[in-house]
Amino acid sequence: MLEVRDLQSAYGRILALKGVSLRVETGEITAIVGGNGAGKTTLLRCLSGVQPVSAGTVKFHGEDITGWTPHRRVAAGIAQSPEGRQVFGPLSVEDNLRLGAFRRGRATTDENLESVFEMFPILREKRALPSAGLSGGQQQMLAIGRALMSEPRLLLLDEPSMGLAPVLVDQILDAVVALKRAGVTVLLVEQNASAALAIADRGYVIETGRIAHGGTGQALLHDPAVREAYLGL
Amino acid sequence: MGAELLQFLVSGLTVGAVYALVALGFTLIYNASDVVNFAQGEFVMLGGMVTVFAVAAGLALPLAAALAILVAVAVGLLLHRLAIEPARGASAVTLIIITIGASIFLRGVAQIVFDKQFHQLPAFSGSDPILLAGAAILPQSFWVLGGAVLVFLGLFVFLEKTLLGKAVLATAANRLAARLVGVDTSFVLALSFGLSAAIGALAGILITPITLTSFDVGTMLALKGFAAAMLGGMGSPLGAVVGGLLLGLLESFAAGTISSAYKDAVAFVVILAVLFTMPQGLFGRRSVERV
Repeated sequence: MLEVRDLQSAYGRILALKGVSLRVETGEITAIVGGNGAGKTTLLRCLSGVQPVSAGTVKFHGEDITGWTPHRRVAAGIAQSPEGRQVFGPLSVEDNLRLGAFRRGRATTDENLESVFEMFPILREKRALPSAGLSGGQQQMLAIGRALMSEPRLLLLDEPSMGLAPVLVDQILDAVVALKRAGVTVLLVEQNASAALAIADRGYVIETGRIAHGGTGQALLHDPAVREAYLGL
Repeated sequence: MGAELLQFLVSGLTVGAVYALVALGFTLIYNASDVVNFAQGEFVMLGGMVTVFAVAAGLALPLAAALAILVAVAVGLLLHRLAIEPARGASAVTLIIITIGASIFLRGVAQIVFDKQFHQLPAFSGSDPILLAGAAILPQSFWVLGGAVLVFLGLFVFLEKTLLGKAVLATAANRLAARLVGVDTSFVLALSFGLSAAIGALAGILITPITLTSFDVGTMLALKGFAAAMLGGMGSPLGAVVGGLLLGLLESFAAGTISSAYKDAVAFVVILAVLFTMPQGLFGRRSVERV
């Protein structure tokens, strides 16, 4: 579904991605794990088109989308729930969600709103409140819900577990698995490597802007090098 | 005494409504881009000047006014397209300096295309003052206030009730997230420039029968509007309206009770006072947010 080839991206003169290649297969959860500053967030930003790419290509369903604007990518079915949630603080929960459907017709918005509320009932309760007042976990649900409102074919999740209590992490990851069952392809970026690889069909380990290891989620979980470096085992 | 106060009140609200409109223009562009557009006053100037010259050329007033708004919107969009968009990614300070340059350029062009004289428009519905409880009120004041109220309501409905308006608010709240949900933020910025220009031009048209216009009225109006926006809290549409009206009232009462020579000083005292004591203004964004 998604094919990234030799992707490079820089902040000023500092190369954050030094040629990343990976594939995301339809219907799977693909996890990218790695430490702080390894380039995970930069990679997702490049995929959404909000971070300039200096070399390499991104293909989505065989089409080269490297030069596409962010809104064109959203319309094509790539949505992102960004690192740090990035909710529209002063706007209500419902407005945040409706804005997620900005590139979709009005017709399906109410229906999609209903399914997001079913997935995260707390959001229905708080629908009229400004999203800045939500707890971290609720904001995470909102960020994921907002991305889902655009009916994505590929959902990019950046650090959904960051700063959340373990019970909430489980709840968010369960939701990710449920999304996969519902037919959404997921690219999940996580520092919490063991949790991410446990639910992933395929995984990549990224180190200082390069892919260091790749394989099925289970294989990576049991790879001694990965275990030592990222799982603390 | 009561009649005198009423007089100050009405003239303060009238001129305050114009400041509020200019401040709203600042707010719209600031929210979409963090840029304080110092060419905002030139939109007001264009509104007045184009109307004056179109009327002199024989156009009916409503048509002349519509033409003036169109010209201002075109200039606003060109300003965005030719000066702001190519500098995308530059710091806010750079962009602000670009708008100052644009403002000087527009003033220069206006001086050549029009002239350096002062001009007046006839009041829209006569200039016989209406006597109300001893105060003499110009009918044009009602046009100014009515026009301002219509703009406020229109803008409120647009921002609060339409998805596009909410996209504008979302862009203001978090530009990265707005781009990630598929909002074309450079379109939002162009839209803000167009709207600001239209609102500024309307203010210029409405106030010209009272205050006269010339190629350089924009400078002072931009400063007053900026003071109003600061007082209300940069970025808050409600703050812009309240700040504008408050500034107009302060000016009018200062001119009436102290001396009209100090009228223009009020705006600058207000800017200083706001910066020293409450930089976020009356309705400014609180920087505390839960994370």
